[in-house]
Amino acid sequence: MARRVAIVGTGQTDHRSHRPDVNGREMIYEAVKRALDDCQLSIHDIDAIIIGNMDHFESINYVDTWSVEGSGAVMKPIMKVTTGGTTGASVAIAAYYHVASGFFDKVLAIGWEKNSESDTTAAIITCSDPVWDRAFYSGAIPSLATEASAYMKQYGATQEDAARVAVRDRTNALSNPHAHLRKPITIEDVMASPMLAYPIKLLDVCPRTDGAAAVVFAADGVAQKIAPKPAWIRACAARHTYSWFGDVDYNAGLLSLQRASKEAYQRAGIREPADEIDVAELYLPYSYAGLKWIEDLGFCGPGEGPGFIRDGHTDMGGKIPVNPSGGVISTNCIGATALLRVAEAAMQVMGKAGQRQVPDVEVALATGFGGCFWSDVLILGKARP
Amino acid sequence: MDNIAIVGVAQTKYERRKKDKTYYDLVFEMTKGVLEDSGLTLEDIDNVITVSNDFLDGRTISSMAVGEAAGAGDKNISTVEGDGTFGAFYGAMRVLGGFNTTLVVAHSKGSEGDVKHITNGMFDPIFQRLLGLEAISASALQANAYMDRYGVREESFARVSVKNHANAKNNPYAHLPMELTIEDVMASQKMADPIKLLDCSPVSDGAAAIIIANEAHARKAKTKPVWIKGIAHCAEEYFLGDRDLTNPKSLRDAAKRAYAMAGIADPLKSLDVVELYDAFSYMEPLWLEGLGLCNPGDGPKLLDDGITTMSGALPVNPSGGVLSSHALLVAGLARIIEAVLQLRGEAENRQVEGAKTGLAHGINGPCGQSHCVWILGTEK
Amino acid sequence: MATERDYGELLTLTFSTPMPYEWSIGKYGSLFFHEIRESQRFTGIRCPQCGKVYVPPRRLCAPCFKELDELIILPNLGSIMAFSVVNYPFPDPATGEQRPIPYTYGCIKIEGSDNIFNHVIDETNVEKIAVGMKVAAVFKGKEEMQGNIQDIRHFRILG
Repeated sequence: MARRVAIVGTGQTDHRSHRPDVNGREMIYEAVKRALDDCQLSIHDIDAIIIGNMDHFESINYVDTWSVEGSGAVMKPIMKVTTGGTTGASVAIAAYYHVASGFFDKVLAIGWEKNSESDTTAAIITCSDPVWDRAFYSGAIPSLATEASAYMKQYGATQEDAARVAVRDRTNALSNPHAHLRKPITIEDVMASPMLAYPIKLLDVCPRTDGAAAVVFAADGVAQKIAPKPAWIRACAARHTYSWFGDVDYNAGLLSLQRASKEAYQRAGIREPADEIDVAELYLPYSYAGLKWIEDLGFCGPGEGPGFIRDGHTDMGGKIPVNPSGGVISTNCIGATALLRVAEAAMQVMGKAGQRQVPDVEVALATGFGGCFWSDVLILGKARP
Repeated sequence: MDNIAIVGVAQTKYERRKKDKTYYDLVFEMTKGVLEDSGLTLEDIDNVITVSNDFLDGRTISSMAVGEAAGAGDKNISTVEGDGTFGAFYGAMRVLGGFNTTLVVAHSKGSEGDVKHITNGMFDPIFQRLLGLEAISASALQANAYMDRYGVREESFARVSVKNHANAKNNPYAHLPMELTIEDVMASQKMADPIKLLDCSPVSDGAAAIIIANEAHARKAKTKPVWIKGIAHCAEEYFLGDRDLTNPKSLRDAAKRAYAMAGIADPLKSLDVVELYDAFSYMEPLWLEGLGLCNPGDGPKLLDDGITTMSGALPVNPSGGVLSSHALLVAGLARIIEAVLQLRGEAENRQVEGAKTGLAHGINGPCGQSHCVWILGTEK
Repeated sequence: MATERDYGELLTLTFSTPMPYEWSIGKYGSLFFHEIRESQRFTGIRCPQCGKVYVPPRRLCAPCFKELDELIILPNLGSIMAFSVVNYPFPDPATGEQRPIPYTYGCIKIEGSDNIFNHVIDETNVEKIAVGMKVAAVFKGKEEMQGNIQDIRHFRILG
């Protein structure tokens, strides 16, 4: 029988574009220390560790063994889980199974990236198939631009609609002391920013960030002793649907997110996501995703994304606030990014989100995005499942 | 712990260069193969773990190349980067955590990259990488430290190479079956003192897969289930200078916890067969010490006394071990598969008669910094 | 070794050489490139179960989890499903050299196939490209071909 699992502590670095003052291990340590302090545990209390990042961004092979001084894994079990942009969520899901399986009571999940240590685009290009795609593939932006143009054509969404998402997230980031980009922007600023790949402009996309996140998971019975109000894992699901960029059907929506969220909702007993979920931390690497992927999550119907955003439903104080933290558009330390979504969702459930707290959160949603249009989904709740 | 079992296994032949096959081909063939072995269909599989390494594959998000080949298009999936024993451990956790069946598949084509570059990538770029440390030179330091500490002679290591390459002659999947003498090993090319060419494992291309199932689903498989009795992993310090390279303490810790889970008090008595990760000949005796099968420094004696030979009380690496076939990442999964075949009684010419309890072992990082220990049994 | 950024007292270490690899292309992929070199034409593969045609040819239809072997010849024509004019500079991971910009990345549906073939389109003026436009493959001269994706020079817009 699988055990119930809850998040009892979270920690993150103060995210910046460059952290030349620390090496990777030292930066990981900062997040780990904060997560342990958050739940008043010492590293000796931790039974196992899971870590994830993307190898070629720092060019470290075997990050699990390289990182032990920072992660705290000396004389502890550690393994590495890595799945591209979804890595942070995949690490969280792995932490869940470490505990649910009964093997470990208290585990630490870590995601990190020092994007400043390589050329992010040059590194991400190598995710494409060396034989078929690499010669011309130029990183995530053109695939996303492709998705965005298909969506605009299908539903008549505009560049301003997308800009509104960027403005929402960047505005929220002003309340998050850890966020990387903390400067207010307007729709006009987004529209006037340089075109990277039509229709995506500079302020529509996430930055490159140095940062780390750490989250402590604990078993039923143990969790309640550590945190009075832990954030229970209600469901998790992942779909890494495609292996080839050429198979992605941009007109069908983000299939992996449709499927993973459907499974997670079913497990958590959620029928009307926009009504039953109180806050969502979504891995939206660019503004257009904020229009389209909320449709795939079932917050609104197909083509209704722009209207749903325009009506303020996803703003702080709206029906289902999205990305109180400022999201990925404000902070993107890739291997940590999806784990930050999980950490932020847990903080909302635990009532520890400070200035960015959404009142009375019972259920929170976190997602990860990456690879070849893949999705990971976690649902957290205040009530013990 | 609920009863969970390995109900299907598949592995390729290990060889220098599989020029005609992509990773995708290898993973697809293993997925097909493991389903055939188990008698299950893809519909019976509810989640998948792939094992790959971005450096080895020369590809960021190396898992992207193989997800659909593993049949995971519409299934829950994740990826472990590290030895196959670690990936399989996560697969087992998922079965205990709510899934019915996990398909675990690992692939590796060392022939496509430059393994010295790739293992140099394990070392810290700031302080070590420019010094040119890679797997062989780092291991040579460990071998020397071990010899110095316990007065082990190079001939003892050579004896391991002779035994394992000879065992490989009984394994149709092995890359380097060879009839060697101690003199052959001693006279082989010096790689990094005291390690000689025949003390080193080869770089092999290969892939392997297993299916782990809960008890209800194990009954659906046509194979004789091999039950998972205990699994544990542990890492020690990173910098070689921070470690006592002659004392595999993280292995001791992992072994202790795996034995405890399996209810084993005296491993030498309880175990019938061991498949361990001997990337270099010196590793076999050192890991046997870490596994608590003898006192520190007595590892070489186990072979001198004939205990670890095919006719001994505890045969070690009947398959020929990693010394005879070394597809990185896959090699640990192959250890599990070899132990499963032994416990099913299907190991053919390399069968240890009446084997009921087996140990499989994998490593991550330089000089066995991190270890994973599996105890498998024929009884629930 | 010069460093790109100035952090005052804080040093950084720069590596810039790409690692060498030799990747297998596999049976059907090799055949695809041979066919381009010999006959300047595209090869696809059909799934016997769902009928979907994939280009380049691959071994497996993932949704059906079915092994494929029915190769078919396709025209060198397609239509633009989506495109993006890339304006930002970045180093090529194979060489470490900066790639020339701008260039247009295209998702092209080859006639008679059901998936998308990715390549570049020989037009960088956004005003002159639209989803749905017909394009034709332009190949390198036979003597220049090396058995890789750049044997197709680019796709040309037919209008």
